[in-house]
Amino acid sequence: MTRRAPASYNGVVLTAPFSTPYQRYSIDTAHHWIARALKGSLDSVGLKKNQLDGFSVSSFTLFPDSAVGLTQHLGLSTRWLDHVPMGGASAGVALRRAARAVQAGDADIVACVAGDTNHIDSFRQLLSSFSRFAMDASYPYGYGGPNANFALLTDRYMNEFGATRADFGRICVSQRDNALKNPRAVMQKQLTLDQYLKARLIADPIALFDCVMPCAGAESFLVMHEDKALQLGIPFARLTAAIERHNAHADDPMQLRGGWTLDRDTLWEMAGCTPLDIDVMQTYDDYPVIVMMQFEDLGMCEKGEGPTFVRDHDLTINGNFPHNTSGGQLSAGQAGAAGGFIGMVEALRQVTGQASGTQVKDAARALVTGFGMINYDRGLCTSATVLETGVRA
Amino acid sequence: MTDPLLAPPKKNPQRRSTSPTRPPEMRSRAALGLTAAAAEGRLALQCCAECATWQYPPRDACVACLSNDLPWVDFPPQGQLLAETTVQTSPRLYYRERVPWRIGTVKTDVGPIILVHIHPDVTPQSAIHLTAHLDRAGQGVLVAMPPQETSNAMDAPLMRELTADPKHRRVLLTDARAENAPAMAKALKDAGAAIIFMGESESWRPYTARAALQEIGVEFMPLDVTDTLSVQTLAGEIGGKTDILINNAQFVRPGGALARGDVGFAQNEMDVNYFGMMRLAQAFGPGMCKRTADEANSAVAWVNLLHIGALANTPEYGAFAASQSAAHSLSQSLRSEFRTAGLRVMNVFSGPTESDWFASLPPPKVLPQSLARDVIKGLQAGVEDVWSGDIAKDVRDRFRRDPKVLERELTFGGDGP
Repeated sequence: MTRRAPASYNGVVLTAPFSTPYQRYSIDTAHHWIARALKGSLDSVGLKKNQLDGFSVSSFTLFPDSAVGLTQHLGLSTRWLDHVPMGGASAGVALRRAARAVQAGDADIVACVAGDTNHIDSFRQLLSSFSRFAMDASYPYGYGGPNANFALLTDRYMNEFGATRADFGRICVSQRDNALKNPRAVMQKQLTLDQYLKARLIADPIALFDCVMPCAGAESFLVMHEDKALQLGIPFARLTAAIERHNAHADDPMQLRGGWTLDRDTLWEMAGCTPLDIDVMQTYDDYPVIVMMQFEDLGMCEKGEGPTFVRDHDLTINGNFPHNTSGGQLSAGQAGAAGGFIGMVEALRQVTGQASGTQVKDAARALVTGFGMINYDRGLCTSATVLETGVRA
Repeated sequence: MTDPLLAPPKKNPQRRSTSPTRPPEMRSRAALGLTAAAAEGRLALQCCAECATWQYPPRDACVACLSNDLPWVDFPPQGQLLAETTVQTSPRLYYRERVPWRIGTVKTDVGPIILVHIHPDVTPQSAIHLTAHLDRAGQGVLVAMPPQETSNAMDAPLMRELTADPKHRRVLLTDARAENAPAMAKALKDAGAAIIFMGESESWRPYTARAALQEIGVEFMPLDVTDTLSVQTLAGEIGGKTDILINNAQFVRPGGALARGDVGFAQNEMDVNYFGMMRLAQAFGPGMCKRTADEANSAVAWVNLLHIGALANTPEYGAFAASQSAAHSLSQSLRSEFRTAGLRVMNVFSGPTESDWFASLPPPKVLPQSLARDVIKGLQAGVEDVWSGDIAKDVRDRFRRDPKVLERELTFGGDGP
């Protein structure tokens, strides 16, 4: 079956990137963090909340509320509302939907917000109710949570493609370098490859520095029409391409590739460029193995060449392949569903020249990839987005 | 091969006993099919009745054709270990106290990808043999075993968690006078039980099997399950070191209600078979529940020997069968009450046994040695239900096919004049 080429995202722009500081544990709620990020975005461009007419939320810890409850809680009256419970793929998916709403005129200004709190013990409780398949068929086995799932994928990947722990370490160490330039990052101490390699094992081959630090925080940006942004006189980025895919390659015995492989041709065609034209890449990085897969599956290198790719490239802000410039989740922290937004918001800062300490010089085109929801043995959701400079700050 | 498990040292009373924690118990309703099969030692997964696709994890609709008709079918156990990890830390207390814990991803020969516990004798990235067991939460879990048997495999810490092996454990058999007592004691001894306590009522009254029991080396203990004080006294003495309790005390007389002139025998039947179990549970249960994580000789299982009439009344022994139904029902209550501690209740159903009070019935009958063998096998496998002998299996199958049809089959009236 031939697919119809998707319509262009012409006219759709992203503005007002905002990240709250991240906090290891918080006594506040998801509502608190989401409100903070939303306010941050609105304030940064001088908008009032009653000017919003679209709202998209991603969060794991809002229970018993959803986006609906938040409208009343936050006093929003929107004509377009969305809840995107897709973890690490949330930003790409939320943006894709918001973009079409703006293009169609169903909404003029959509706020996309992701945030979660992290109480002591809330990670354990989140795990226990994550998904039915996890409850039935993965957590009873050692209860290692995502650490164990990714340990299995990493073990298989290493055996299949000859990746070493040092290869994964390169990703983690360079992200820590980047985080040192981001005052919001939870991790603020240098990490050496030697420290990475000698860290205590969590679920071999996964060790301490392969894992993200669950924390509280929120991320937010606005989606609107280019005309609106010009009228407001604010910096913005254009959306040029976006893809998403769910439950791809179900027959692969283990996840050595993600759904991006099915849609990347569409992505690059829409974006009108090639992987070589990307100035900065933000991947979903809750474990380094999945970063390597994103390099491969988006076409930065061939399948199985991820290890060589990271050996041959400098992934720091001033390197020849700037990657996860804010430190990513590995070093900035994973604020629940905001972990799915951290790359998008940072990419938006990059191409609009608002990244201050982590700014990649002249970054004009960013690739943001998302990966989410280990429902049982693999991540089910993938997304990818290309952003280009519209008006710099 | 696994190192043989050594007899545990005497418990140091100054050290903290490991608390009875459990792996996660929550499951979807569909997933309980795995547990139901594992509870009798079978490995079964859903197989679509319309398109024959195997399903895992358990589903409500076929992943291939969306059919809702997903019966549980015995599963071909061959597979290949694709990847593994050893969990070194877990937010779950049960695992936290038991790491390192080896798990992995298995590709089964017929399709499904399964996350499993891995036995230490399994070689990385090699062929495995899949088995199903109940874990400490009483839920079915899948285990990758080596394709060929290895020595002392059941001594691995993983298997000690999943089974109720009598090896190095201290067992109380409640009735020395039961016909099956010598065979049961012998089988336990052979299975490596550390101590066999043998309840003995009215010790002044002689019985022929005593010499044989003595020779096996049991420790006789005064116990009359119809006497609350007697049960409490014994629990005070050995309750803290009873790892497996096998209740083989039983009172049987033939006949239904009309065959008897009064309720005397029925009261005896209820007193031994039903109230006896309850007295034992009230006296021994709480202590056993506190000791379910006590290393190699932890409290692990509660065993009831039940007549198959517990499922559907067998009119030739109609009044007795009623007491068995009561006992069976109580055993289900005990399952629920012991669940939090992870103490397993194993019911062993048999048809008529080779004993005096079933003498009037035609064969087949269950020999004491066969019953004893099935009890040991059940404990070693860690199951919840054991069906001993052909009659028990026959009634079970009929019961599962249609309980009403079985009831009608069992309640045939004689031909009138």
